[in-house]
Amino acid sequence: MSSAKTPKPDELIAIRYEPPEMPWMDTPTVFRPGTWSYSGTAKSLTALNLPNPRAWQPSDADWKLPENWKEIILDGMRERLEKYRSFKLFMDICVRCGACADKCHFYIGSGDPKNMPVLRAELLRSVYRRYFTEAGKRFGRLAGARELTVDVLKEWFYYFYQCTECRRCSAFCPFGIDQAEITMMGRELLNLVGCNINWVTEPAANCFRTGNHLGIQPGGIKDMLDFMADDIADRTGVRVDVPINKKGAEILFVTPSGDYFADPGTYTCMGYLMLFHEIGLNYTFSTYASEGGNFGLFTSSEMVKRLNAKIYAEAKRLGVKWILGGECGHMWRVIHQYMDTMNGPADFLEEPVSPITGTRFENARSTKMVHIAEFTADLIRNGKLKLDPSRNDAYRVTFHDSCNPARAMGLF
Amino acid sequence: MMNLIASLITVLIMILLALGIAFSATLSSLLTVVIPYAALAVFLAGFLYRVLLWAKSPVPFRITTTCGQQTSLPWIRSNPLDSPSNVWGVIGRMALEILLFRSLFRNTDVAIVGQRPVYGSAKWLWFFGLLFHWSLLIVVLRQIAPWINGLSAADGFFEIGIPTFYLSDAALLTGLSFLFLRRVVVPQLKYISLFADYVALLLILGIVSTGLLMRHFSPADLLQVKNLALGWATFSPVVPARIGLVLSVHLCFVFTLLAWFPFSKLMHMGGVFLSPTRNLANDNRMKRHLNPWNAPVKVHTYEEYEDEFRDKMKLAGLPVEKE
Ligand code: SF4
Ligand code: SF4
Repeated sequence: MSSAKTPKPDELIAIRYEPPEMPWMDTPTVFRPGTWSYSGTAKSLTALNLPNPRAWQPSDADWKLPENWKEIILDGMRERLEKYRSFKLFMDICVRCGACADKCHFYIGSGDPKNMPVLRAELLRSVYRRYFTEAGKRFGRLAGARELTVDVLKEWFYYFYQCTECRRCSAFCPFGIDQAEITMMGRELLNLVGCNINWVTEPAANCFRTGNHLGIQPGGIKDMLDFMADDIADRTGVRVDVPINKKGAEILFVTPSGDYFADPGTYTCMGYLMLFHEIGLNYTFSTYASEGGNFGLFTSSEMVKRLNAKIYAEAKRLGVKWILGGECGHMWRVIHQYMDTMNGPADFLEEPVSPITGTRFENARSTKMVHIAEFTADLIRNGKLKLDPSRNDAYRVTFHDSCNPARAMGLF
Repeated sequence: MMNLIASLITVLIMILLALGIAFSATLSSLLTVVIPYAALAVFLAGFLYRVLLWAKSPVPFRITTTCGQQTSLPWIRSNPLDSPSNVWGVIGRMALEILLFRSLFRNTDVAIVGQRPVYGSAKWLWFFGLLFHWSLLIVVLRQIAPWINGLSAADGFFEIGIPTFYLSDAALLTGLSFLFLRRVVVPQLKYISLFADYVALLLILGIVSTGLLMRHFSPADLLQVKNLALGWATFSPVVPARIGLVLSVHLCFVFTLLAWFPFSKLMHMGGVFLSPTRNLANDNRMKRHLNPWNAPVKVHTYEEYEDEFRDKMKLAGLPVEKE
């Protein structure tokens, strides 16, 4: 297996945007070292009951696909074309105006034309035309259609895992065509024949079993949070409480497991602990719902639902009134746009009201989950926090385009 | 490149065929009597079919693309057009999108300058795209609804010679040329352009130029068009003895475009209204969105979790449901 060497900055910035002479359909996909992830392990696939668990790597010639892989993919495509208007419409109405082309960071950073959102979509669209449109069936290549072959599947794998589902392309498209949506469909199809990456499947498998991506078991979570509390006590002399799995708490707090596990997430987490202590919030962490993030978003909508279900289930078991969520981009896409639809209605919870300020979070009245930034903004607005802006006013800061909270939620 | 050449050849062949038709009485009458209705029928039925198919396919999730602050606490200023929380915001957003191509207005481009990516504004596509679509609309309306008073008068204020040279024609040609040229000149655009992308532009270009040719250089053809149109409208098409060459090409292009329309990307005209990333309010946490096929999935329950970790939980002093 070839491994990548870390490129130097001037090598990285030597990007050429000129596409090659050869038409893209004839350009073979080269799995350049350092640009792809290792395959999902048989163990993680089995843990999630995903199809075709086996030992393989994208660099192998033989991907050990199931006998009838083509049929599986085409059936899967048909099913999704019927289930999602977005997919069908986005396959049909792109005019190839190119407005989205240079909006993708993968294209900006690589110059690889197949990373232009429009072309990433064409990788799938060409197959759609060949099998699902009359023109494509009849005129083939002239109609922009091509056969589904193993090489095409490999190309999908290479390029559909080079998309962060950030929706930036969608903001610029005159029809709102969202490549993230097409990427999701592409990955669902790849998953049907067992072509997944371990960076996604292992965290998903961990999350399913232990409640969080990192596979931290209940004792581990308690240890880590206690350790943070010790650190805080050392530094500030104040001992903060660490409520875990506490029944009857008013609020369930859910944050990505990266926050317990590694810097700089731990600093954020210590911030949460101190904030909640300072305002005297009656809340609890959960070890079962110990993950806000959701790697199902990078697998399939079904997996999103399976992993997300724990949050409402745990809120119900612990008998809390509402849920507060820590910071995480794709987590909030799931919370905002999918959770209520998939696992709601959360009619056993109450409309969120801040116990400190009495503010009613009407914008979360159905989902019953409030973002930590909303919650804290309300505290500041109502003068509940003693802040000293002069401690930070030496910094020049800028807004970081935070993909999913910005474009799949509207939190700026 | 191949796609460009193929499209040019295709359009050339169409011109030759059209010229041939003009020399045959039978084919001419076919072109003026049967095909007009057939093409229109295909267009209407096809358009309706495609739109209804999209409209009735489920929208499982509310996936609004948000480009501004959502409605949140009352003192946080929200952006009703980029993150609409109700139907009025959605209508405003869609209207700006459809009438003014608002997203394209945002367009930027990127270049590596001195080892840094630099982003600049790029409004040309927006400008010419808008010019093209609006002038096309006006020209089409002028043809099919000449009774809209004032349209021609306002539009024709460039009274260059007789017959009037319409402003919209000039705008349409300019817009079209820009859209076509960028597909030929900009390498990335050429790389992604399909045969059909060129054909669509060439067909419209052909229709406009033959139309202009007739109006300004071939009054005989123009008269024929008027008679024909009157005949079609009253369902009593008159078969002309011989149709003019330019007219024949013009008609062939028009009917081809009409009949092809529902099967082509030109359907973006209908699709733009149905895009779930744009036509839904961003009120996800306020109102539950229902997925018609929300299928049950296998989850890992708390009981299963506790069964696996009970001892460890007890050891860590965490509460458990079952001792
Ligand atoms: S901006 Fe939209 S219509 Fe234009 S090429 Fe991209 S996806 Fe297609
Ligand atoms: S969603 Fe983001 S990463 Fe994916 S194609 Fe669009 S811009 Fe690129």
